[in-house]
Amino acid sequence: MVTYYRKLPKFDYRMPKTVKEALELLSKKAKGGVKVFAGGTDLVPKLRSREVEAPEILVDLKGIPKLDYIQYNAKNGLRFGPLVTISEIENSPLIRDHFSVLAQAAHSMASPQVRNRGTIAGNICNAVPSADSAPALLTLNARLKLVSLKGERMVKIEDFFKGPNETVLSGREILREVKVPPLPAKSKGVYLKLSPRRAMDLAIVGVAVVLIQEDGVCRDIRVALGAVAPTPIRVKKAEDILRGQRVSDELIDKVAEVASQEARPIDDHRASAEYRREMVAILVRRAISQAVRS
Amino acid sequence: MKEKRMNKIKITVNGKIHELTIKPWRTLLEVIREELKLTGTKEGCGLGECGACTVIMDGKTVNSCLVLASEADGREILTIEGLADEDKLHPIQEAFINHGGMQCGFCTSGMILSTKVLLEKKPNPTEEEIKEGISGNFCRCTGYTKIIESIQAAAKNLR
Repeated sequence: MVTYYRKLPKFDYRMPKTVKEALELLSKKAKGGVKVFAGGTDLVPKLRSREVEAPEILVDLKGIPKLDYIQYNAKNGLRFGPLVTISEIENSPLIRDHFSVLAQAAHSMASPQVRNRGTIAGNICNAVPSADSAPALLTLNARLKLVSLKGERMVKIEDFFKGPNETVLSGREILREVKVPPLPAKSKGVYLKLSPRRAMDLAIVGVAVVLIQEDGVCRDIRVALGAVAPTPIRVKKAEDILRGQRVSDELIDKVAEVASQEARPIDDHRASAEYRREMVAILVRRAISQAVRS
Repeated sequence: MKEKRMNKIKITVNGKIHELTIKPWRTLLEVIREELKLTGTKEGCGLGECGACTVIMDGKTVNSCLVLASEADGREILTIEGLADEDKLHPIQEAFINHGGMQCGFCTSGMILSTKVLLEKKPNPTEEEIKEGISGNFCRCTGYTKIIESIQAAAKNLR
């Protein structure tokens, strides 16, 4: 039986003014723990349904100035801060032009209301296997800057996810920046999402593809999948089939088949593992074909 | 459990400034409905899925059930009560009435506020753009046809 709670559980709320203050709060030994809070679109429902335990203190990052930047230059690529909302990514001309796969993934998420509040950083840190931004960032070779009172470290997004709702981020760290290296001008990106509803729904399968093609030859390709393994994954064996080869329908079929074998889906109420595996092949084929033709 | 700190907030709702002392776990929706007694904003799922609690905060639609009242400090909020000009209804409200864009009315406040933001960005939206604009607002009565017609009529009247 599902219990319906009318109110949120009790917690203290703090709005630090600097990253250092926030990190100090996080390193406090509060009895019920301390949690980072940004958009709230994942955490508030989980608190309300008692899916996660109420922390002693919620640390809202939104009081810290200048964490909502999106910066791009051709040499260093893209950098954006932890308070950048999903809407801002979706509508940023810079991201649409240079990292279209990420803009498409952002657009596929939830609803306008949720995208106006939710952040991409939060989507990654919550580490739901179906998180739409994750496959996109995997194909973009994103790197994450994690900060704590002890210093900072850079983690490749590939190494960030550990399992469902689990990442290498410790309770005393904050995801301070997402970095994406520049892509060649000729690259194409596609994100395809299979879900029963077109909005306000989770992916049954999510597929991100970045393709760099020159005169019909695949210079580089990166394919990542969401919702078909404990974490979002790159399917590198599938990628290897096309990399360096002349692009053909037969090869794309082969990539799709291998990607489907690399997936490790589960049966749940959204779809069976068998169906998910089948859909990986179809969506990978479709995404690469779209990237080739766009 | 230790007594939690109360938070002082100042929010502008429909042009009027309110200074409130609230418990940190209270949502913007609760404050709007229970403190300010503006009950036009509805609570549906309480989990950010249905959009019945949609309000406009600093020009953007948000689910007020997902916003802590503390976070709304210093922000400007528009609820359905702030849309009409005294006795004169807003053109979007008129269009919803004239075109039967509601049955039970529970989703209507949120629907109308999402429409307002949509039409500010896209004064002449396609049907697809309308569907996308209200994709975060669930209606369980009309099946959306009448709602889409109402929005098309509102767009025409506003242009």
